[in-house]
Amino acid sequence: MTASLNARDITLAYGDTRIISNLSLAVPDKSFTIIIGPNACGKSTLLRGFARLLRPSTGTVLLDGADLHSLKPKEAARKLGLLPQSSIAPDGITVADLVGRGRFPHQNALRTWSRDDERAVAEAMDATGTTELSSRLVDELSGGQRQRVWVAMALAQRTGHLLLDEPTTFLDIAHQIDLMELFADLHREGTTLVAVLHDLNHAARYATHLVAMRDGAIVAQGDPRDVITEQLVEAVYDLPCRVITDPVSGTPLVLPLGRRAK
Amino acid sequence: MSIDERSVESTVESTVESTVDFGRRHWRIDTARVSTLIPVRSVLVCAALVVVIIVAGLASMTIGAYDVNFAAVLGAVFDPSSDPDVRQVVLEWRLPRVLFAVLCGAALALAGGIFQSLTRNPLGSPDIIGFGVGAQFGVTLMMIVFELNTYMFKAIGALVGGLFTALLVYALANSKTMSSFRLIIVGIGVSAGLGSLTSWILISVSLEKAMMAATWGAGSIASLGFDQLLPAAIVFAVVLVGSLPLNRTLPVLEMGDDAATALGISPGRTRLAAMVFGVALVALVTAAAGPISFIALAAPQISQRLTRSNTPMGTAPVMLTGAALVVVSDAVAQLVGVPVGVVTVSVGGLYLAWLLAAQYARRA
Amino acid sequence: MTTEVSVDTSQMDAGRHADGDAPRRIRMRVAGLVIAAVLLVLAAIASLAIGNRAIDPVTVLTALAAYDDSNPLHLMVQQLRLPRTLLGIVVGAALAVCGALIQAFTRNPLADPGILGVNAGASFTVTFAVAVLGLNTPGAYVPFALLGAFVLTLLVYALGSLGTSGATPMKLTLAGVALGAAFTGFTTAIVLQNRSTFDVMRFWGVGSIGGRSLDQLTWAAPLIVVGLLIGLLCARSLNALALGDDLAHSLGVRVGVVRILVIVSVTLLAGTSVAAAGPIAFVGIMIPHVVRWFTGPDQRWVLAYSILVGPTFLLLADVLGRIALPNGELRVGIITGLLGAPVLVALVRRKKVSGL
Repeated sequence: MTASLNARDITLAYGDTRIISNLSLAVPDKSFTIIIGPNACGKSTLLRGFARLLRPSTGTVLLDGADLHSLKPKEAARKLGLLPQSSIAPDGITVADLVGRGRFPHQNALRTWSRDDERAVAEAMDATGTTELSSRLVDELSGGQRQRVWVAMALAQRTGHLLLDEPTTFLDIAHQIDLMELFADLHREGTTLVAVLHDLNHAARYATHLVAMRDGAIVAQGDPRDVITEQLVEAVYDLPCRVITDPVSGTPLVLPLGRRAK
Repeated sequence: MSIDERSVESTVESTVESTVDFGRRHWRIDTARVSTLIPVRSVLVCAALVVVIIVAGLASMTIGAYDVNFAAVLGAVFDPSSDPDVRQVVLEWRLPRVLFAVLCGAALALAGGIFQSLTRNPLGSPDIIGFGVGAQFGVTLMMIVFELNTYMFKAIGALVGGLFTALLVYALANSKTMSSFRLIIVGIGVSAGLGSLTSWILISVSLEKAMMAATWGAGSIASLGFDQLLPAAIVFAVVLVGSLPLNRTLPVLEMGDDAATALGISPGRTRLAAMVFGVALVALVTAAAGPISFIALAAPQISQRLTRSNTPMGTAPVMLTGAALVVVSDAVAQLVGVPVGVVTVSVGGLYLAWLLAAQYARRA
Repeated sequence: MTTEVSVDTSQMDAGRHADGDAPRRIRMRVAGLVIAAVLLVLAAIASLAIGNRAIDPVTVLTALAAYDDSNPLHLMVQQLRLPRTLLGIVVGAALAVCGALIQAFTRNPLADPGILGVNAGASFTVTFAVAVLGLNTPGAYVPFALLGAFVLTLLVYALGSLGTSGATPMKLTLAGVALGAAFTGFTTAIVLQNRSTFDVMRFWGVGSIGGRSLDQLTWAAPLIVVGLLIGLLCARSLNALALGDDLAHSLGVRVGVVRILVIVSVTLLAGTSVAAAGPIAFVGIMIPHVVRWFTGPDQRWVLAYSILVGPTFLLLADVLGRIALPNGELRVGIITGLLGAPVLVALVRRKKVSGL
């Protein structure tokens, strides 16, 4: 297994507050890696480290053998994309324009819109089912449509790796599944995905590589079938539960016991 | 130019088969090195603005103590053998004023576009944060208190006063987060404080001095000549070239720091560059002409509506809009006999009111 | 949203206490009112006594009680300082109550006639009167100042309340900034046209209560008193209005009528004080804030205190202006401008206020 994206002994901190100390993580190529863990376990911080949003105070993040944080920003952006948790759609921007902004790292002062850009945007909108929306204003879309547009923007960036920061938060269950299926399709087509998710069962169903974190450290990682156990969930979340096999997908399914069933 | 024309021709049909529907018409330029989409609407708007600037500029050269009609202005500009007296009035006295109007308008509008894009807020313009009042105070201080009446000292006074006030307002309004409400109120407070200092100075000196300072402090380009135009134009050109990359990076930064970083932009560096260029542009105009208010606020907004753009940052249409606004305002100012800044603040204030009315009526 | 809710509950508390739940609190407030009145008297005496030439309080009192026109000191008190002090009292009360009314009316703690552009409107019409119609006595300014104040209040309120969310503080402030800027521009345009107008207006444009005669009081005082009475009349309704228009409706307040009354009152107070003393900044915003520290949000108390504290502050600022410079004096408008700016900045930096 090769891992062109990996973190070596990184320490991530906000000011003087250390969130993650000396953590290493190799993201297997072509995997759908999902990071889970309780609030404040450092999973989003880790993703920010991978996304160049937070520079490690020690250690390095390597992409194809080069230090990610010393690459030129545009060069890094051609290899590694991010779907941020919160982005701002400028007032009055249309869907096609927003998706087109994903082409920024491939453009320069003289080539502001090439045939490649056009193709990438058309395909990204096609893949996310947003082609019919293309001349609509982003402000007018529903939450689920809007998130698809942001995904399309990240896809238009045409990167081998795509980071997803809690991509399904604030969506209803149908749109969540919809989006997870879209990511699964992307993964099948060869993109390496790294996501931070809150929903354990979605993580167990869609991940090919699951990483469980607590208190800024990795507790377990591997195939979800091996990682998700009653002991692990209790150890990571302090949540007593039962784990059964999902009758639909054959992946582990976590059923919290709650106080009464104890 | 010849390459462009050829490709424009070849693109009219390609617009039809364009695979991405942007909801507007484009001209495509697609050559080995240059490839871009130019919205048809923006081109038409820019062309119309150029016409407005030229016509209003020529018209404003007819206005003044010495009567010159439109035909004579045209003759003076285009025919070297016309009446030398008229040529002197038009070319040496009035032309620099019009060119200054173009320059000031373009520079202020670009600065406004930069600041509005940076703050994602139409009110993030230098006018709201007390630049004008600060500049006026600086000029008054220089001219009356220190009695330094040369052009350079007035310029320095305007510049330092404006910058200092703007920084003060930013610093006072910035406690962890920057709310626009706080920014406006702090702007009002600091402006009122400085305003009363200015008034104090004005009422404690002779009428002549007070009126001179008040006129300059209101923003005037009437007395400027080629001597001041050349250095201002050179500085403007340098800053303009330096700020060109912002045309592409700032709209991306509008989507938030995280998204911008993911797309290969360093938010910190881009913001710093934007601030430096924005301040430099405002400073340039303030130093040359005193505070010309509300162009920085209004021009990007007007241009954005004219071109139906999704960002206040769009170098060409924004600068042309600003230039057109100041040239027209200057013509009005000449007719009425007031400094151009007085016209822009009146019209700009009304425009802002209209803008707010439209915005409020639409939502919230 | 949450801040609005918390304001509402405190408002209800205030109403309940005032309605008899806490008689001790009422007694304290009445005592505070007496203290404020005493302070005002002291400030008035200081304003009569202190100046270019100091006059001892005993002489001041005898000058008032037993006027002797052969005594130059008596002459000074009666002819110069008395009109000035009385004008300070009415204008101070007008400004403070006007600010309190606007703040309650717009539910915006940072509103005052200056910020909302009302003064700019009054200044414009007065400038117009001076430049175009050639008027030059403050008494003749009055109808123009009233007209300008009225039109601007209506315009700002109309503009700020467009849209479904009604008149939010942010919208009103922006409307005030926009229209205020435009009218200031018009004023400057007129002023720079003409040397004599410029000369008149540069002095008038900085608020002052000095150099006025008793005549001025004869027209200013009645108008301001009417304005104050209308304002006081609205106090209870404003308490209900603070809970929101819908709730005020259901409490039986005729919202439309109250709005009109408040606008009339604001117009009378702002217009008359601008005509009599020129635009004086920040008194309208500062005094209600200071007052609310003691009274809480009940408008009846806020207005009552403002009537006393406003003049006290204005008189003290005026006295300060008289003694601040070794020779000559600083006009009171400059003093309030310089004192008010830091206060406003401090207010808006406080979390509670900026959240509103």
